Amino acid sequence: MRSDVRPVDEREFAQILTQASADATTIEIKGAGSKEGIGRPMATAMRLSTRALRGLTLYEPNEMVMAARAGTPLAQLEASLAERGQMLAFEPADLAAAVAGEADAATIGGVFATNSSGPRRIAVGAARDHLLGVRAVNGRGEIFKAGGRVMKNVTGVDLCRGLAGSWGTLAVISEVTFKVLPIPEHTETLVLLGLSDDIAVEVLTTAMATPFEVSGAAHVQSPLVARLEHPGLRGQGLSVTALRLENFVASVAARKDKLKAVLRAYGEIHDLDHDNSLALWQELRQLSPLKGSDQPLWRLSTAPSAGPKVVAAIARYTEVSAFYDWAGGLIWLEILPATDAGAADIRRVIAAHGGHATLIRAAPEVRAAVPVFQPLEAGVEAISRRLKAAFDPAGILNPGRMYADI
Amino acid sequence: MSHLILPQPDRAVIARRDSIVADLKRLVGAAAIIADEVGRRAYETDALTAYRRLPLAVVLPSTTEEVARVLSYCHQGGIKVVARGAGTSLSGGALPAEDAVVVAVSRMTRILDIDYVNRVARVEVGITNLAISEAVKSAGFFYAPDPSSQLACTLAGNIGMNSGGAHCLKYGVTTNNVLGLKMVLVDGSIVELGGAHLDAPGYDILGLMIGSEGQFGIVTEATVRILRAAEGARPMLLGFDSSEAAGQCVAAIIGSGIIPVAIEFMDRPAIRVCEAFAKAGYPDVEALLIVEVEGSEEEITSLLQRIGTLAKAFNPRELRVSQSPEQSAAIWKGRKSAFGAIGRISDYYCMDGTIPLGKLAEVLVAIARICDRHGLSVANIFHAGDGNLHPLILYDANDPQQAEKAEQAGAEVLELCVAVGGCLTGEHGVGIEKRDLMRVQFNATDLAQQMRIKTVFDPKWLLNPAKVFPLEGRQEAQQEASLAAA
Repeated sequence: MRSDVRPVDEREFAQILTQASADATTIEIKGAGSKEGIGRPMATAMRLSTRALRGLTLYEPNEMVMAARAGTPLAQLEASLAERGQMLAFEPADLAAAVAGEADAATIGGVFATNSSGPRRIAVGAARDHLLGVRAVNGRGEIFKAGGRVMKNVTGVDLCRGLAGSWGTLAVISEVTFKVLPIPEHTETLVLLGLSDDIAVEVLTTAMATPFEVSGAAHVQSPLVARLEHPGLRGQGLSVTALRLENFVASVAARKDKLKAVLRAYGEIHDLDHDNSLALWQELRQLSPLKGSDQPLWRLSTAPSAGPKVVAAIARYTEVSAFYDWAGGLIWLEILPATDAGAADIRRVIAAHGGHATLIRAAPEVRAAVPVFQPLEAGVEAISRRLKAAFDPAGILNPGRMYADI
Repeated sequence: MSHLILPQPDRAVIARRDSIVADLKRLVGAAAIIADEVGRRAYETDALTAYRRLPLAVVLPSTTEEVARVLSYCHQGGIKVVARGAGTSLSGGALPAEDAVVVAVSRMTRILDIDYVNRVARVEVGITNLAISEAVKSAGFFYAPDPSSQLACTLAGNIGMNSGGAHCLKYGVTTNNVLGLKMVLVDGSIVELGGAHLDAPGYDILGLMIGSEGQFGIVTEATVRILRAAEGARPMLLGFDSSEAAGQCVAAIIGSGIIPVAIEFMDRPAIRVCEAFAKAGYPDVEALLIVEVEGSEEEITSLLQRIGTLAKAFNPRELRVSQSPEQSAAIWKGRKSAFGAIGRISDYYCMDGTIPLGKLAEVLVAIARICDRHGLSVANIFHAGDGNLHPLILYDANDPQQAEKAEQAGAEVLELCVAVGGCLTGEHGVGIEKRDLMRVQFNATDLAQQMRIKTVFDPKWLLNPAKVFPLEGRQEAQQEASLAAA
């Protein structure tokens, strides 16, 4: 077993990558490893960890901006924010439960490198929308920066967006600067029980089209509800459709009444108070409905109204359990084991409805055999290859993790 | 004002003008080509009027396929192409060149689909920013980015520059509100990115495209997010004796957990001009904030009360909540027409740096000192919530010396913005204007990485020439990238 090399600073990363680039030594880039089981398996000559790059380098609460070295644990960073009543508004999803990783272990660099965003993404944007600046080391071993520390910045090519979600295949992110937002004073949740997927997504999209600033819109099919810890919900044996309202106390109260009036026709609406709401959305952010299973797990992204249709179409080929977030547009789908983890059927269905599918959980031999990330259209694939070469001409960084030969 | 070096046009291309025009007519029809000199004059500049160049020809395509045909032809012939929307760029982003064909998407204005359930609209990008909001207004929806030029500017230009506006403190800028694009690459191939879903697979090429200033391709269609408008909105005016107090008040509001939908700042010179123009009832104070909040009637009242209480700690001269929709409209009219109002009394050079909010007071003092040293006046207007400054440096365009001084003062202001931790441009783009200042914000390695991305999309550097990247270092990036791709 190779051990992780932990460079102590950005300069050491640069030295190692300069040498590796010259020798064509392939390198796996790792933060805490909380998402290690995701992507195509790699067999690299070396493994570099960002874990020694730690610490906050800037925090200005009144300017809503923070900067941290890439290996800073997310939990530590969020604790510092909470002390000043602030948060990462995109509430990064914790994929550990889904891939049997160590919970609560992610680093902030990993969050941005994978563009990991949770339920509030639908209201405030994804991780990539909150990234203001980066420092990184490219595959040539050159240290470069992009963006900055201010909210509005269109100076030069937007490399922040380019690196977000690139899974360490373009450059090693060494430091990130990002926007933070106040933690809402109060949170409540409206819950409807026992809805079908179709009706549930109608409820979610209807709620999102109101002016009441719904900040979470999720639907969990009943078999997955059984995996929740939430005592009030898990025992019901019914699907759970949840809508989150966050703001000052008086605002939440007023909006709740108005939203209930809009949704009255869909059946009885239950209230979750502040503490119960925080507990539920924390579980959804941690993908609690997906834990403790080793069945193939897919992440599908589509237009919300297409969500139930996609799931129903896939259900014609295999047994499925679905957890919908983002008003139905993000679907975590567990299916029965199959030699290709259902890739052929799922990709055919998603192609018909628009969107894409990523295989999140499957045995390494399956992930080596089927495309884990959505195969790209030829023109986009050609650009992607040239982008890879523009950052990492020797192809040494996380080779093949997203796509073969990229 | 025109000290920037524009490359010598390619005489060989200019010599081929007649045959190029004939070819373009054959490709997209004569009705889509402007070749006569008078017609081309209308396209010789944009809102940075100090720079003018008569383009080789202008193409007004109606479809993505026509754009593709034109780009394919120009690529094969080694002819440069400048993309254009409405020509409202303040940074010279749409400035043509004598050896370049202008491709203006202003005829591509159709709305292709409005989908309220999924809260997206698919449009051709020649549509104006405001027309998107107008099209969905009856259903209570809007398109969030709202640059001051929204009546005229196109979505194409907004995508090119990653435009913001007064309300992006809450709703974000263009890159946060576009989910999909159809675009034509330099070789004429058509690529689609994203769609009605919230993220695209693979690398965030969409993110690289937005704000790429016409360097990477020509966008023809976009899927944008449309949002349900709040139940209501209302501004309040807060007047202070100093910019410092106003800046501290902004920090206190944000620090308290309130994110107003907009916080706009004006200093005394700007207030006086805008008041004379719009009769908005602005108080005559050193520094004025327009703070707008949204929500139901009760929410608005409660938020404005909270803000009023916070503001009292900074001894406001004036604290006034709008009492009617007419007053609110007048307050915003004053702000949104500020550039036009100031343009009535003087020529001005509009800057666009962003600074960390904590540096506001010191930066305003320093800007005044810079302009004073050059013997020029300045009026300051900006988006305070996000630190995006718009100092308007007043000068006489008919006096070449003053024009030169204004440009020099502007450069010093932007260098100052970078020195205090900010950036050269918050929403107007680099264009031609700030090309050479890029070296103030970025070192050679940073710029080389950016130029390699340019080469990914445009290996021969034919798109929107001589802009964004300093002229030095271009050839290296091009050679390196072609080696890597080989």
